[in-house]
Amino acid sequence: MSEVQQLKAKDFKSDQEVRWCPGCGDYSIISGVQKTLAEVGVKKENVVFISGIGCSSRFPYYMDTYGMHSIHGRANAIATGVKVANPELDVWVITGDGDGLSIGGNHMIHSLRRNVGLKIILFNNEIYGLTKGQYSPTSPQGLKTKTSPYGSVDAPFDPMQLALGAGATFVARTMDVSPKHMKEVLAVAARHKGAAFVEVWQNCVIFNNDTFKGWTEKAVRDEMTISLVAGEPMIYGKERDKGLKFDHTAIVKCSADEAAVWDPTQESMGQAFLMTQLDKDPSMPRPMGVLRQVTSPTLEELVHDQVDEVTDKRGTGELKDLLYTPDVWEVK
Amino acid sequence: MQLTGTQFTDTTAKVGNDLATFPDFPAEIRAPAGSRAGVSGFQIHFSSHDIYTPGDAPSVLVAMNPAALITNYEDLQPGGIILVNTGAFTAADLKKAELDVNPLTDGTLKGFRVIEEDINQRTTEALADLGLGKKDVLRCKNFYTLGMVYWLYSRPMEPTLEWLQKKFAKKPELIEANSRALKAGYNHGELLRLFQGRYEVPKVEDAPKGHYRNIMGNEAVAIGLVAGAKLANLKPFLGSYPITPATDILQHMALLKNYDVITCQMEDEIAGICTAIGASFAGRLGMTTTSGPGLALKTEAAGLAAITELPLVIVNVQRGGPSTGLPTKVEQSDLLQSMFGRNGDCPIPVVACATPSDAFDCAVEACRIATEYMTPVILLSDNYIANGTEPWKLPVMDELKPFPMTFATDPEGFSPYTRDEKLARNWAKPGTPGFEHRIGGLEKDAVTGNVSYVPENHQVMTETREAKVMGIRESIPTPPLNGEATGDLLVVAWGSTFGATRAAVERLQKEGVKATHLHMRHLWPLPHGLLEIFKGFKRIIVPEMNRGQLAWVLQSRYPEVRFESYDKVKGKPFQARELKAHFETILEEMS
Repeated sequence: MSEVQQLKAKDFKSDQEVRWCPGCGDYSIISGVQKTLAEVGVKKENVVFISGIGCSSRFPYYMDTYGMHSIHGRANAIATGVKVANPELDVWVITGDGDGLSIGGNHMIHSLRRNVGLKIILFNNEIYGLTKGQYSPTSPQGLKTKTSPYGSVDAPFDPMQLALGAGATFVARTMDVSPKHMKEVLAVAARHKGAAFVEVWQNCVIFNNDTFKGWTEKAVRDEMTISLVAGEPMIYGKERDKGLKFDHTAIVKCSADEAAVWDPTQESMGQAFLMTQLDKDPSMPRPMGVLRQVTSPTLEELVHDQVDEVTDKRGTGELKDLLYTPDVWEVK
Repeated sequence: MQLTGTQFTDTTAKVGNDLATFPDFPAEIRAPAGSRAGVSGFQIHFSSHDIYTPGDAPSVLVAMNPAALITNYEDLQPGGIILVNTGAFTAADLKKAELDVNPLTDGTLKGFRVIEEDINQRTTEALADLGLGKKDVLRCKNFYTLGMVYWLYSRPMEPTLEWLQKKFAKKPELIEANSRALKAGYNHGELLRLFQGRYEVPKVEDAPKGHYRNIMGNEAVAIGLVAGAKLANLKPFLGSYPITPATDILQHMALLKNYDVITCQMEDEIAGICTAIGASFAGRLGMTTTSGPGLALKTEAAGLAAITELPLVIVNVQRGGPSTGLPTKVEQSDLLQSMFGRNGDCPIPVVACATPSDAFDCAVEACRIATEYMTPVILLSDNYIANGTEPWKLPVMDELKPFPMTFATDPEGFSPYTRDEKLARNWAKPGTPGFEHRIGGLEKDAVTGNVSYVPENHQVMTETREAKVMGIRESIPTPPLNGEATGDLLVVAWGSTFGATRAAVERLQKEGVKATHLHMRHLWPLPHGLLEIFKGFKRIIVPEMNRGQLAWVLQSRYPEVRFESYDKVKGKPFQARELKAHFETILEEMS
């Protein structure tokens, strides 16, 4: 089984019945991931999915790979252990806005700053689904939910902004209703060396239906979002007639001809940060695609390099050396 | 002060004495010098015969300032020697120690042999021509004092002189200053005959043959965990977060990278245990080290390790609680937390070490149980063991029996919850073709390993997890008795109360009392054969540095017999004499 064989998306489906609500955005994401794995050409036995708790976190049970459905918020920490223990593995983290940004926010930022080689998919539906409809750390202010009957007063996180702030080497966003875009983004993420953070706008049909409709619906999508592609001008609109360019510390609209070329590989995070600010202006499109993609040593590389370095210098430690140190004395 | 104590300890071991130490320092790194709260102490007990504790009542107290004197002199033996640095007894020093009158002059120290010496002045004179600043000169006063005590106890200076060469290799002026202070202190003792008489403590003559080294409890745990993983044929992975008094274990293991050790200092306690769980899932032996409050944080993840049935060693170096409690003081009050502190029916085996060197054996034992039974294990140490030192008779390498782990080999019909005769489940690690499977915190079907909410299945799985842990009893011995198998008094102890209990019981035995000490290494599951032992004694006392936690467990498991708790929660270990006094009270009641 170890020879490389061409696997298909269906080879990654487990025999377990999928139990998400009919119409849930999760279906589209799992399908996108399965297709991506087939396309990227991974070895099935090397794939590990680690999740926390929440609707999205049932994901590993539906994948015919190795997996662990763990405890609330801790997927990133567990996945860090898996990846450092065996860097050969393709380790994916499946999490949500509550799991990954609220209870697990600490592990999220630390796994990003350490650049652990994890592919982190954050299903953002701006609501707690599994507990049946409470506001989450990404819910917009004013959202009426069961625990905010008069409107949420909490200011939300922007997931990509948080990831950038934590020093992530790969930050991207896609949406459940555009399988093509999602597959493109996931494929780049899958090949990224280091921590890849992908936010997916995911519609919760039951507790927060249509929350992204104003941007994702086919009729408005081209006008309300901009798909950023490395090396290509920042153009959007149904007629591809609108552009964006940088004006000092702002992003401004311009004609398609004047549009700046998007470069996510810059060391500076400045432009990526500006992109995450676009939502402050309702007339601006919201950025989708890869915001940042830079190369940096991964935690697992550094850990193992250090083990090798110390071993080269001091020799492989044998059990006897561990006990019988130079300060031993003998009673005869 | 801790450095000076460690030097005396190392030299004492080298001359062949048995010893036990008890460093006692404040939680603050730089607590106000001279204040009572800022006193940093180091107690050492050494002898030419076997000893079990750092001693109840020291023979010599070295007090470098009034606060150190006033907080410690009462522990001293009647007639004991007090060496006082009078250079630190100015009016300002007395005020810092909250003293209105000078204890050197008001009769407080009546009954002790007080030796007053202006060590500040003596050190300054000895180093006069070195051109060091006043601050640097006064830093050498501890070594001047160490020299005086070396003379008093006829210790050689060479080991410390050699150590100074290494310690200050890059600062030759400090080698010279400290060496000169040490020698000056030694000569001062010799020339002025400050002490009436000098002590010779010959080396232990009847010590068992073999190789020895001095070991601190935390270091023994670190070495034991690495050895345990090696014996299990696994590579260790330590995920941890610094916490007093457990941090040394992480620090020590971080040095051992050439033993295939990976250590990760994580962002918090929870990440510490979670990375360890992830590493175990990936086929290493996961470990995490902490102290009481940290164990509380790891609780949910410990449950995950229990339900996913992954091997994991959780080390809890106990300290005074609850909450932040007494971070640098000793207590053994996390027993019930370790046994029961999780949601759901979630038995986890608990092993406790008795002494610094026993911590090695217990760490290996924790690795054995974790791997042979595919379960998290809690290893309990405490601050007294963690920072205490004793000579460790090293095991001969053949004595370390391997317990190699095997991974599942037949993918045909593989289920992660297929079990062996010990009820340990199959282990297949990611990267192995044909064994792809999912585990997790949701209850699993006993046969297929898929998520199951079937009522009967949860009953079966809960009982199976319990039966697996209870089955560990088949692999552990009934604890040996120190004393007769029947008698008047049985003292049941666990953890670091070992030394004081053993010393107190042996003293009673020498006086002809029918007393026996039973020391528990395995606290969950309880070993076989205990009830038969308990029935052989008229009274059973359980001394603990908590409000009776083991006594409570034993009473609930063995209602046929009565257990009497004797507790101390003062952040200080039991003294042998206080235990003996308590046992004598019990014996008097019986007569």
